[in-house]
Amino acid sequence: MSLNHRYEFVYLFDVKDGNPNGDPDAGNLPRVDAETGQGLVTDVCLKRKVRNYVGMVKEETPPFEIYIKEKAVLNKNNLRAYEALELKHESKKLPKKAEDAKNVTRWMCQNFFDIRTFGAVMSTDVNTGQVRGPVQMNFARSVEPVVSAEHSITRMAVTTEKEAEAQSGDNRTMGRKFTIPYGLYRCHGFISANLAKQTGFGEEDLELFWDALVNMFDHDRSASRGEMSACALLVFKHDSVLGNAPARILFELVDVKRKTEGPARDFSDYEVTIDEDKLPAGVELLKYLD
Amino acid sequence: MAFCLEVSGEFACFTRPEMKVERVSYDVITPSAARAIFEAILWKPAIQWQISKIEVLNPIKWMNLRRNEVESIVSTRTAQTAMKSGEGHLGIYVDEQRQQRASLLLKDVRYRLHGEFQLTDNAGPQDSAAKFADMFRRRAEKGQCFNQPYLGCREFSCDFELVDATRGPDPIQDSPDLGFMLYDLDYSDPTSPKPLFFRAKMENGVVTVPDRYSGEVRG
Repeated sequence: MSLNHRYEFVYLFDVKDGNPNGDPDAGNLPRVDAETGQGLVTDVCLKRKVRNYVGMVKEETPPFEIYIKEKAVLNKNNLRAYEALELKHESKKLPKKAEDAKNVTRWMCQNFFDIRTFGAVMSTDVNTGQVRGPVQMNFARSVEPVVSAEHSITRMAVTTEKEAEAQSGDNRTMGRKFTIPYGLYRCHGFISANLAKQTGFGEEDLELFWDALVNMFDHDRSASRGEMSACALLVFKHDSVLGNAPARILFELVDVKRKTEGPARDFSDYEVTIDEDKLPAGVELLKYLD
Repeated sequence: MAFCLEVSGEFACFTRPEMKVERVSYDVITPSAARAIFEAILWKPAIQWQISKIEVLNPIKWMNLRRNEVESIVSTRTAQTAMKSGEGHLGIYVDEQRQQRASLLLKDVRYRLHGEFQLTDNAGPQDSAAKFADMFRRRAEKGQCFNQPYLGCREFSCDFELVDATRGPDPIQDSPDLGFMLYDLDYSDPTSPKPLFFRAKMENGVVTVPDRYSGEVRG
């Protein structure tokens, strides 16, 4: 139950007329790097979608339960029977506290996919108080600068009696919505086989993780998102646990460029080239979606 | 055995311990975060890394970012109860325990980190400094690592490259007094690590890091 290879991945996804990730500091405008104008999507935003997808597909049952849940998505009563876990120690001998804590941590890792994958801050582990998961994701950044468009919208209703009276029965409210006409985002991620050993993240989990990246946007539709879809998932698989090449070299092999003039409005306006001839020895490229 | 790594990343957050709720980063990487980068490449109980010098190669730039976070952590007690009884309420509902927290991050950072290791009391008879030095060099040259090193937080991964300590670009020409800065944590009592601080001064982009036992490091 663990991995024997280090992985890096390049994940491309796009948004059409939607807001991929709002910035609470800027009245929910799409996040933008003010210096370059590129759009940003945070790591936690993508992890949330992975969790929701896995929770949905595996119906919240161990060993694929999700610890960090979203009520809107999973309004289930999570009072359920677990497979009883035999504690290593007999109750006659009082286990040392640290050992006990380790067991709880291990048990949590076994039952919860997101703790196994991304880690969690647990008050059990004495050292730094956290389990580090094998999957590390960076912020996603748009390939080109994005432009947010602001739309005023009206609602033919009001919330309170008072408003209705003030408008003498007109009953309208104005709202605002922000979208990005089009943006192609690129995210880099890393999977450490060594940390996978520590949390028990195995091959089946890995396949499920790729599956989540490929399909998660199809189950995350909402009024604000517009049309979001995964465009490419390129995985570099190293021969060894420690890896066979620097991650930077691998990421540089994947080049995403514009092939049309004017503002981009579709994934077909971009060309993804992978210089496979330059793939270092001992690294294999897997295309889960291309 | 001294080594020099050049590390760079898009973002970094070396959180000041006095500002942890709305995270604010130190201006430069802390010795403890630098140590963790070396350890991400090679660490064994037999060795201990010590950072000697930090060279700042890129101008210090900031960015503010606000994210939705949760306020609670996995409760041991709830987990233990569920474990024993075979059922229980486990899980955190993010919509009910939401905290919006800002982080003041560093942008576009690049450092040259000088570190060396010493053997510890855990070193066995077959352990030698030369063996670990070879291992580290081999790994760092090939880009191998135990896990991808990062700049303070795991979502801010960094590239690393083993470089010649005597060459490369000059550091920035700034000499601010960085005040008291986190040096590292003292793990001699593993149940409650104690923070250690030192008076960090950057001179023309170079922070010289005192030795752990030099008397400049205070617990």
